[in-house]
Amino acid sequence: MKTFVYIDHFKGEVQPSSWEAIGLAKKYGTAVALIFGANTDEITKSALEYGADEVIVVDDAALTDYRAEPYASTLSALASSSTPDLILFPTTARTRELSAMSAVDLNTGVLTDVTGFEVNGNQFVATRPIYEGKLLEKTVCSGKPVMATIRGRVFPKPAREAGKTGTLTKGAAKTESLSTVQGYSASESAVNLGDAAVIVSGGRGVSNNPALTPPAGMDEKQAEIWRAQQGFALITDLASLLGGAVGASRAAVDGGYITYAHQVGQTGKVVTPDLYIACGISGAIQHLVGMRNAKVIVAINKDADAPVFKQAKYGVVGDLFQIVPALTEAMKKKLGK
Amino acid sequence: MPLSVLCGEKNFYKEYILKIIACIKQVPDSEAKVKAEGGQVSWGDAPLVINPFDEYAVEGALQQKEATGGTVTALCIGPESAKDALKHALAMGADEAVLVSDPALNALDTVGAARVLAAAINKIGGADMVLFGRQTLDNGAGLTPAQTARVLGWPMLGLAGTIKVEAGSVTVDRVIEEGRQTVSAKMPAVLSVVQSIGEPRYPSFMGIRKASKATIPVWSLADVGASAPAAVITRSELINPPSEETNVEMIGGESAAEIADKLADKILAEKVL
Ligand SMILES: Cc1cc2nc3c(=O)[nH]c(=O)nc-3n(C[C@H](O)[C@H](O)[C@H](O)COP(=O)(O)OP(=O)(O)OC[C@H]3O[C@@H](n4cnc5c(N)ncnc54)[C@H](O)[C@@H]3O)c2cc1C
Ligand SMILES: Nc1ncnc2c1ncn2[C@@H]1O[C@H](COP(=O)(O)O)[C@@H](O)[C@H]1O
Repeated sequence: MKTFVYIDHFKGEVQPSSWEAIGLAKKYGTAVALIFGANTDEITKSALEYGADEVIVVDDAALTDYRAEPYASTLSALASSSTPDLILFPTTARTRELSAMSAVDLNTGVLTDVTGFEVNGNQFVATRPIYEGKLLEKTVCSGKPVMATIRGRVFPKPAREAGKTGTLTKGAAKTESLSTVQGYSASESAVNLGDAAVIVSGGRGVSNNPALTPPAGMDEKQAEIWRAQQGFALITDLASLLGGAVGASRAAVDGGYITYAHQVGQTGKVVTPDLYIACGISGAIQHLVGMRNAKVIVAINKDADAPVFKQAKYGVVGDLFQIVPALTEAMKKKLGK
Repeated sequence: MPLSVLCGEKNFYKEYILKIIACIKQVPDSEAKVKAEGGQVSWGDAPLVINPFDEYAVEGALQQKEATGGTVTALCIGPESAKDALKHALAMGADEAVLVSDPALNALDTVGAARVLAAAINKIGGADMVLFGRQTLDNGAGLTPAQTARVLGWPMLGLAGTIKVEAGSVTVDRVIEEGRQTVSAKMPAVLSVVQSIGEPRYPSFMGIRKASKATIPVWSLADVGASAPAAVITRSELINPPSEETNVEMIGGESAAEIADKLADKILAEKVL
């Protein structure tokens, strides 16, 4: 059985669940990594070290920036000529588009955000969450190749074997594009919630510290945002100490406390970290659906009746402005940092 | 709009009056307790609503209409009851609504939906822009927009947080994991719209009245000139996830420091760091 694994990257940074997809592919036979872009030597080396048997590189200046159409056409052409049984992708904004379009070209379908995968007879059966994770479905794809995007941090990441080599093939780029990339600005704080092992999140509660006096001349709204930024500074301290990322509820995003890229939940990101610490978040269903698959959930909230405690393993009823910095201090000592 | 742009275009009015279509789906409300019962999805008596992500598409469409002039048509594939979702779009300010409904569309996958939507878009007479939500709440695939673009052969601008139309092209800021990417394309184009576009407006009183009186045309597959697409993706089993009721362990103490110390020990004992 031959599987294509699409290695998703942005400006040279590989989406780590690409490696998880290589691991999954190897269970079923040959894993052929596909790498599109320009100057991709480092990525090729990593793909081999993570276990790819073969790498097809399409290195072309015209593919420097990801754009849906040329990437999809390149993928469709490769899949038509070397007929893999399965194409796996990490689940990202790019791969949803790219796989979607190729599925149209190849007359097949895509199973997205897959959390379980098995072979039943000669069929792949994928498990995926639906209705915001309130249900799971098993689905099959009768087209060929079967295409699936896997959810990050669900499948094991293969061990990296330094210096491992494998077959290298060059593929041809399809360069026709219907759109032009004009520019890019990184989020002010790089947030990759999907891959974070630890996430510390703040909600509307982060603005609730009446003891803080904002600088003179601020109106009420500015003062609220200023207070929230002091709160998020505490959350960021804890997150960086634990090597984690900063998340937020929608109320915090809507309040202008932090950018949308940080939002966890139904209209934000669905995350599966090992540790999720919710600070000043009430636990509305739309937030919970985004984080309830975290291994360990800790909730810090003033209100003992906050629904977030129903989802948590450990809870503290208290003021986050006291508990969070104290937890950072305690962790520093215990981790010897 | 700068005067130079206005004067540079011969067919100014033709160029600048936009025809916009917003694709929306009807789904069970996100507060609904959804369960698997006898192999079927049940949401009890929870209401069916416009897919929340698609409200951003309608909002984005209305913003463009206000900025540039034009019309907004809401388009939905669904059962007769999905007219309510279309009425919500009309009440927000959409000018027209179309429902595509056909018994042959009961088991539709996203490629099938894309083909039927593309046929309906053509039957409407095309558009300058077709706006989608990011994904559906029920299926959650997030594939239909790009697949519709592919079927139509139009550019795909996904995850737009801002939209700007100028001289026959459209430029969006894509909100992606890594930041914001500015991408532009010639119209007609397909866009998917995300929350950064701004909160969807509430239907106005006038809007609700207008919507309640509107007659929404219902097109069959034959009307849009499409054949029933065979589903490539099919469900083989529906599962209730294991109950997630956790037994929370509350950590108390005399002082923040004491609580934090106990909590830190608990977290370290979990070996998740
Ligand atoms: C269609 C739709 C989609 C949505 N999508 C999302 C989504 O993706 N993500 C999301 O998060 N929400 C989403 N929501 C919004 C959701 O319903 C809630 O409104 C939101 O999650 C509330 O955010 P919050 O918990 O920060 O605020 P609140 O509900 O206001 O809770 C604040 C909490 O902070 C506590 N608190 C206050 N001060 C302190 C303090 N000093 N120390 C400790 N605790 C304190 C309070 O006790 C309270 O529990 C969506 C809603 C809809 C309708
Ligand atoms: N039945 C439908 N009718 C109209 N638009 C739809 C339909 N299904 C999906 N869409 C659109 O496609 C987007 C993505 O859907 P999905 O690929 O199912 O997650 C939605 O947010 C809608 O904008």
